[in-house]
Amino acid sequence: MDWKKDDLNGGAAVGPRMMSRVLLGGSLVVLGAITNSLLASEAIDFSRDIRPILSDRCFFCHGPDGEERKAGLRLDLEEEAKKVRSGGAAIVAGDPGLSDLIQRIKTYDLDDRMPPEESGKALTDDEIALLERWVLEGAPWSEHWAYQRPQALTAPEVEDQSWARNWIDHWVLSELEKQELRPSPDADPVTLARRLSFDLTGLAPESEVVAAFTEAPGRRNYGRMVDALLESPQFGEKLAAYWLDLVRYADTVGYHGDQDHNISPYRDYVIDAFNEGLPFDQFTKEQLAGDLLPDPSMDQLIATGYNRLLQTSHEGGVQAKEYLAIYAADRVRNLSGVWLGATMGCAQCHDHKYDPITAKDFYAMQAFFADIDEAKHFKNGTNSLPTRREPEIEVQSKRERQVLAMIEQEIGALKSLQSGGSPTEEESRARWLEQLKAQLQSEKRKVMVTQAVEPREIRFLPRGNWLDDSGEILQAAVPEFLGTLERPENRRLNRLDLAEWLTDAEEGVGLLTARVFVNRFWFLMFGSGLSRSLEDFGGQGEPPFYRELLDQLAVEFVKSGWDVKHIFRLIANSRTYQQSSLESDTLRDRDPYNRLLARQSRFRLPAEAVRDSLLQVSGLLDFEVGGASVKPYQPEGYYRHLNFPTRKYAAHDDGRQWRRGVYVHWQRQFLHPMLAAFDAPSREECTSQRAVSNTPVAALVLLNDPSFVEAAKAFARRIVREGGETNQQRFSFAFRSALSREPDETELELLSALLEEGDSEDQWVLVARAVLNLSEAITRH
Amino acid sequence: MGVGRSCRFESERSDYATLNWRRLGMEPMKKELESINRRTFLHRSGLGIGSAALASLMGADRARVHATSPGVAGLPHHFAKAKRVIFLCMAGGPSHLETFDYKPTLAALDGKPMPDSYTKGQPIAQLQGTELKCQGPLTSFKRYGQSGQLISDFLPWHAKMADEIAVVKSMVTEQINHDPAHTFMNTGTGISGRPSMGSWVNYGLGSESSDLPGFVVLTSVGGRNPQPIASRQWSSGFLPSRYQGVEFQASGDPVHYVKSPKGVSDARQGKLVRTINQLNAHRNRVIDDPEVETRVAAYEMAFRMQMSVPELMDVSGEPQHILDMYGANPGDGSYASNCLLARRLAERGVRFIHLYHRGWDHHGGLVKYMNTCCGLTDKPTWALLTDLKQRGMLEDTLIIWGGEFGRTPMFQGKGGAGRDHHIKGFSMWLAGGGVKGGCQYGATDELGYHAVKDVVHVRDLHATMLHLLGIDHRRFSVPFQGLDMRLTGVEESHVVDGILS
Repeated sequence: MDWKKDDLNGGAAVGPRMMSRVLLGGSLVVLGAITNSLLASEAIDFSRDIRPILSDRCFFCHGPDGEERKAGLRLDLEEEAKKVRSGGAAIVAGDPGLSDLIQRIKTYDLDDRMPPEESGKALTDDEIALLERWVLEGAPWSEHWAYQRPQALTAPEVEDQSWARNWIDHWVLSELEKQELRPSPDADPVTLARRLSFDLTGLAPESEVVAAFTEAPGRRNYGRMVDALLESPQFGEKLAAYWLDLVRYADTVGYHGDQDHNISPYRDYVIDAFNEGLPFDQFTKEQLAGDLLPDPSMDQLIATGYNRLLQTSHEGGVQAKEYLAIYAADRVRNLSGVWLGATMGCAQCHDHKYDPITAKDFYAMQAFFADIDEAKHFKNGTNSLPTRREPEIEVQSKRERQVLAMIEQEIGALKSLQSGGSPTEEESRARWLEQLKAQLQSEKRKVMVTQAVEPREIRFLPRGNWLDDSGEILQAAVPEFLGTLERPENRRLNRLDLAEWLTDAEEGVGLLTARVFVNRFWFLMFGSGLSRSLEDFGGQGEPPFYRELLDQLAVEFVKSGWDVKHIFRLIANSRTYQQSSLESDTLRDRDPYNRLLARQSRFRLPAEAVRDSLLQVSGLLDFEVGGASVKPYQPEGYYRHLNFPTRKYAAHDDGRQWRRGVYVHWQRQFLHPMLAAFDAPSREECTSQRAVSNTPVAALVLLNDPSFVEAAKAFARRIVREGGETNQQRFSFAFRSALSREPDETELELLSALLEEGDSEDQWVLVARAVLNLSEAITRH
Repeated sequence: MGVGRSCRFESERSDYATLNWRRLGMEPMKKELESINRRTFLHRSGLGIGSAALASLMGADRARVHATSPGVAGLPHHFAKAKRVIFLCMAGGPSHLETFDYKPTLAALDGKPMPDSYTKGQPIAQLQGTELKCQGPLTSFKRYGQSGQLISDFLPWHAKMADEIAVVKSMVTEQINHDPAHTFMNTGTGISGRPSMGSWVNYGLGSESSDLPGFVVLTSVGGRNPQPIASRQWSSGFLPSRYQGVEFQASGDPVHYVKSPKGVSDARQGKLVRTINQLNAHRNRVIDDPEVETRVAAYEMAFRMQMSVPELMDVSGEPQHILDMYGANPGDGSYASNCLLARRLAERGVRFIHLYHRGWDHHGGLVKYMNTCCGLTDKPTWALLTDLKQRGMLEDTLIIWGGEFGRTPMFQGKGGAGRDHHIKGFSMWLAGGGVKGGCQYGATDELGYHAVKDVVHVRDLHATMLHLLGIDHRRFSVPFQGLDMRLTGVEESHVVDGILS
């Protein structure tokens, strides 16, 4: 519980919610705090309502960064803000008239008025009124929400005893009741089945499943559907796609020649880990420090590929010293973004402007990674495909090993049969199995791993300047405001210590990590987090409206033994999740951001799910799990700007063409145009929330990309062969397959007009293309 | 500095796009939607399908054209002397010492050790750990035009436009390797994930074209073994992805997937798109989702691109004297053809046109490769400027020429005399709207190492470009990860007044 430090109480600040800030006339309108306080029915909450304003409008001169501080005043600490200084105090509790802060923001004298005009910041009248009211009410202060330790609480009472399905609903319903709002009605069974399937597997539901659930949509069947989807291997693939964004997984090095590197077994490890329910704390330790675990298993070594995922350069003329600095900074940025929800990258050149993260913290954090062997790949990196980024090991994924074990078992069984006589059929099967075994064994994949070497020296770099050797040498340490990590007597602090600290709910920041992740799981199930800033729990992030609910989920996550599926199940089984996503006029007006959760939300599917579900509908999708990366069709010459070496892209012309998006070759500099058009990131940095765009470029992909044209042809074949005899039956089949519903009369009429002359399957291609291009097919409601 | 990407405005839209616009401060977006609806109406009334019909209709009403993508309210901040930018990126880093920056002292020291006082403690790329020797200029210079601009013999066609260009001889950048240096030149920082300047400009000013993207990238073929160039160079970073650069290709599909599948006629494709939109609109009566309206508009625009882009890319209809002027052979993908395309894009209202010509990385064989690179780019560059001028478009088009860095005064000998990467002083030029032609600005020291007089940082170049487009760089920011991000960042930067007309 050390990450809550009393002496730094208030040391960080909640900021206005970035998401709610929009550009207007080139200046910013910050609505977050106001929106929140308008929604909130009760008294002013410092952390939610006041600190965001102070953070955004004042901290750049009166915050944690000592170098930029004006007039020696800091407003991020209560004691400093209320201290009597020469000529008064910034804040005098209960007396706005004596509070310099209030006077300075209200004055009409432009020379004196805060914030200064040249800052480009301004306070609205509402915000000034809010600050004044707060001071009048005694200027109560509290610690930044994200750094307060979550406490286990009893869910609140609700008036309507019949609505809630689990404790999540109690938190939501009690707030709605206070607001005199009703939850939205449950979504219809078709929408529910589709929502669940998209959220948990990234695929559309099979029409049989929808039919069965529509027939008997009860609570028990719903629960069964949740369980079945969580147990399907597609759950791991879906969640892995998200994880790979966070840790910036890609198949190429990223800089300059953007050569391939060996990493795909790491991706398979992630998929397996989610599918098998590897506890999240263990998952964390294996990735950061699998090599430091006692007697590490093959999978634990593969997991350490995490430390090698960063972008690297093999450009001639790269200065090792410069790139060591770049790599070290990259690792700290990623670690803090992924696990702490912190933007530590800000502290590379100066103390953080909004959060109590010092530049020293930034460099001390680098020292945890000082033992990672970088020298080998600097020396051996080549302009070949793949490049050499040693240390690498040859491995088989867990699945491949399981298959091998099964083969061996069967060979054994066959041999024992043979001893009792030798039928030729078994002999030939055994021979075939031996061949298969040999083939599998020869198809080992290389993977980059972490090997600890003598730690290199990590220095503080003044202003982030790698040429400057004047900074002190630093030992590994966690950011000071989050506590301390004692150094063992006989050794340095290492990556395993760091991983344990990240997941230790008692002595470390485990509950913070848990909160960061349950918020992201919530995002995956609702389209936005309980705090919308998934990557920034610091001062400029958005305080969650349902803070207690977020805390309870974090506590539950730890209590469950870091069981990821348990949290997804809990959310899926809540009635809050099962609400309709349609917006009533009242809700649009009262709660446009859907912070109250009086409805579900709707959003376009992520890039991989767009690809996967359309291929699935067409019948082309290959469900195989794991393996080397695959190459779908791609426009000719797309890699022509790559060099060292020059690149020829050869699409896989077999079944691999139709594997899921999570397996597509991820070329950082030239990501597959389909994935890019649907906002998949290049994975240069941690991405916790992708943009959701809606562009003509994306329209062109679904209209004309050969993958989707072929999918439409395959879909047309299915429509004709499986759809029935009459046109109407076939239209129904097409709609049921892609949209899980029947077409209405207008839709039938419009589709009919697309039917063409000619051979019966070709006739249906235009219809198939139309259906696969529908907004509804790629939107989760 | 923030890292990682985050949710952008677009992802918000599904939740509340039709709501209380004023309170959300999202009026610009609402306007955009309304304009889409207006175009939808035009389209449905039979006026819209052909790009020509639409363009002429739109052209008749500039206000409406502007509304197709309105940009940020309140912009421009002041009168804009330039409406668009054509950025001619000479990727690889052309030598300033063999183009615009003549150094007689360097010639005198040719072959002598490079004085330690220049290089001590400086970042060095491939020459690190080697003995550093001076390399005198590998060509001669003459004065041209009324201004007497010094231009090297490698650039005879530049000599003809000496009085049109403002040469900045005191550029500095901060990144010494190609990839990060391009990122720096395009985004103002070496950190990944920031928007390219073309995206910034489009975001701020909006597009004037209803059937073309506002930010188009053209890369040319030809020349020596080129440095790679990454698509992140035209990324919109944390800005909405509709502001990202769209690459047009000379070979294959001019834009990815812009051609209908084989055997599908324009008429059938048009019917398909219309039906998709009708089905979407029909369904939207039930679900009432603003994203569906946006998608309908996106499909219409996609189809208009299908109709208009091939026509745009086909320069075979240009008169022969124009083709000759550029030295362009239709469809050859050369820098010359791309210069001609740049003019055509500028004519059609594209806001930011970014050309890349690669092959300027002359660690060795500098004379030979300068002949190659200048041979491919010198005349077409002149032709572009001259052609724009004769059409009256140079006065509101800003042209910027230069590489991601310059080259060392020190010798490097990878296959004949050459030069290494150099970031402490190099040359670029600007011309067109609002730029004072025939001037030179700033200077490097007598060896061409450090920019010493009127130093122009990449940020200053950005500030100047924005200024000419009517934008005050200090007031042009976007919130991202808790910070107000600017193209010019947080460090001080200045408009280079000395080159303004």
